[in-house]
Amino acid sequence: MDINFSAQDLEFRDDVRAFFASEYDAKVAESLSSGQGEDYKEAIVVWQKKLHAKGWIAPGWPKEYGGTGWSVTQKFIYETERGAAGIPDVVPFGLKMVAPVIYTFGSEEQKAKFLPRILSSEDWWCQGYSEPGAGSDLAALSTTAEYAGDNYIVNGRKIWTTFAQFSDWIFCLVRTSKDVRKQQGISFLLIDMNTPGVSVKPIPTIDGKHSLNEVLFEDALVPRENLIGEQDKGWTYAKALLAHERTGMAEVADSKRMLSNLKQRAAAEVNGGQPMLDDPVFQMRLSDIEMQLMALEYTELRVFASMAAGGMPGPESSLLKIKGTEISQSIHELQLQLAAYYGGALQGDLS
Amino acid sequence: MNFEFSEEQVMIKDSVARFVRDEYDFDTRRKIIDSEEGINRDFWTMFAELGWLSVPFEEQYGGFGGSVEDLVAVMEELGKGIVVEPYVSTVVIFGGLLSAATNEELKSTYIPKIIDGSCLGSFAFLEPQSRFEIADIATSATVGKDGYAINGTKTVVFNGASADSLIVAARTSGGQFDRDGISLFMVAADAPGVSINSYKTMDGQSASTINFNDVLVTESQLLGTAGQGMEIVDQVMPNILLALSAEALGIMATLNAITVDYTKTRQQFGTPISSFQALQHRMVDTFMACEQTKSLLYRGLCDANKAAVDPSVGTAELLKSVHALKATVAKYGKLIGEEAIQIHGGIGITDELNIGHYVKRLMTINVTFGDADFHQKKFNQLSYSNF
Repeated sequence: MDINFSAQDLEFRDDVRAFFASEYDAKVAESLSSGQGEDYKEAIVVWQKKLHAKGWIAPGWPKEYGGTGWSVTQKFIYETERGAAGIPDVVPFGLKMVAPVIYTFGSEEQKAKFLPRILSSEDWWCQGYSEPGAGSDLAALSTTAEYAGDNYIVNGRKIWTTFAQFSDWIFCLVRTSKDVRKQQGISFLLIDMNTPGVSVKPIPTIDGKHSLNEVLFEDALVPRENLIGEQDKGWTYAKALLAHERTGMAEVADSKRMLSNLKQRAAAEVNGGQPMLDDPVFQMRLSDIEMQLMALEYTELRVFASMAAGGMPGPESSLLKIKGTEISQSIHELQLQLAAYYGGALQGDLS
Repeated sequence: MNFEFSEEQVMIKDSVARFVRDEYDFDTRRKIIDSEEGINRDFWTMFAELGWLSVPFEEQYGGFGGSVEDLVAVMEELGKGIVVEPYVSTVVIFGGLLSAATNEELKSTYIPKIIDGSCLGSFAFLEPQSRFEIADIATSATVGKDGYAINGTKTVVFNGASADSLIVAARTSGGQFDRDGISLFMVAADAPGVSINSYKTMDGQSASTINFNDVLVTESQLLGTAGQGMEIVDQVMPNILLALSAEALGIMATLNAITVDYTKTRQQFGTPISSFQALQHRMVDTFMACEQTKSLLYRGLCDANKAAVDPSVGTAELLKSVHALKATVAKYGKLIGEEAIQIHGGIGITDELNIGHYVKRLMTINVTFGDADFHQKKFNQLSYSNF
């Protein structure tokens, strides 16, 4: 058993590290730190354009559409280095969600029209799936698209739509046929957010931020050419996308970086003359997290190694998402605890 | 990067797995633990013939020349059968200490006997007052005219009843808690002055309280330099913790498998109880606990391999990993054991069902060489002091 990378892979890692070190400087990091607002959008577009110029914007895409052609190992190294450097992931809705549907199921015209503008971050996308009455039971959705002439007439309401306020396009699941099994009558539509009848209503969240929205459709006319694949087959396309959404989300490198920051803060934070890092109870809380993260790091490596050897991810890959999220939450909770009184005085991130 | 066992390791793993499946069913095990000695000597001879007793020993002593990874491969499978024959006591601990010893004469005498199955051994370290700190030793070895005289009491000496030879940790100098001054001696179990009082432990194995009353030993029975015994113990401890954790992992995986199978066949309200979401969530948690434990075990093995190449850089990481592993084994072992019993319902707490026996072995492993809190505290000291 070993966790050694090949010399070529290590060389690749050094290239990635060097690129991040030179391009993702303190100024870029600062501009991205808020995670919201017009400034954030501008900042992340600037960063994504740098990645695009380097050719690294879409490691997951096939090479013919603008992907990197990297091996499983290279993709893994890239993601690890990104997390370790504290660089946010690209905004996923265009690059990681709708693009795979377009290049897998879309027409040649759709590919030519949409993919280059996703790669260059000219178009921003959002996801129109959830509805007030259709959450985890997504197939219960009731937004309708009625076919009339060369257009669909869309009516209904989508909710929890992240970044709808910035978006040029929304990809939607809509009901095109009734009186069939509920998964059958659903179609996949690409809708221009500037279409008359489409409006966005913000949903402020308890952290004082605005990323969520409701998107309303009132007799919005969508040209037939914006239908992906065949009418009533949208569920199949969406399922393929959901599978795509589930891979690679342990965020081990991010959590390692956050935990290391937390330790530094705990060493500096003093209570009654004793650094919090020396407090035995705080140490137990810290190591509860650190030991789990040490395990998760190897679970991720195990899943990765089996995929690199051509295997399919097994049930342990779901563990990555569950444990990864739990660990990330625990670190944030401990940060808040460490901040003591200041935790209550904060809006947004600790700085 | 690679997390597969080698072809050779898979062969020996399969051989142990076949034995557990074909020859060591639950009834066979029950008969063994109910017997006078509590172990099956014929099986032990078979282990010798199959080469399992030679796994970690150097080729110059007739060993297989294996690494801790090979040992882990064997232990995981022995765990699946909760095999009570004293592999841990004799091969992993007693044999491990001998391998790390510098006394060539002792090594070349005893290691071949372990390998051919003629010597069962045990490590007498624990004392009534000492809990998990091995260096808390009051048993004394005082210098006399031909060597040393050992006086003191050792408790919970695993498999003391069947052991032919004991490695005894006794103090040749220093105060009760000093790491310096501890010496390791090879002592015959039937030496004059040794009295052994044995009892069964809850995991179906046995342990002994052993009194040493003016037991005379010579310099030639010292495993290494007088007073430097802890160096030998420290060197072997990561391997011992990895091997015990591998046994625990085998048990945890087996408990999960038995429990999931049971929920698929047990019917209540006209449907298999595996269809109940409340139970599914519990079984997802135990699945994750087992996988995370396996990951830490593999992490420990990778670190052990690194430390074997260059101890000066690898040892600190290895220690962190094995402390995290042993603490996690205790925590998740408890979770998996409790859930297995809970999900089985009433039958889960009966002696006739195997799962309680797996759980009791996990509970014993939990306290062997330090429980969850002990190892987490050690982990904290390594990770957060002098940060």
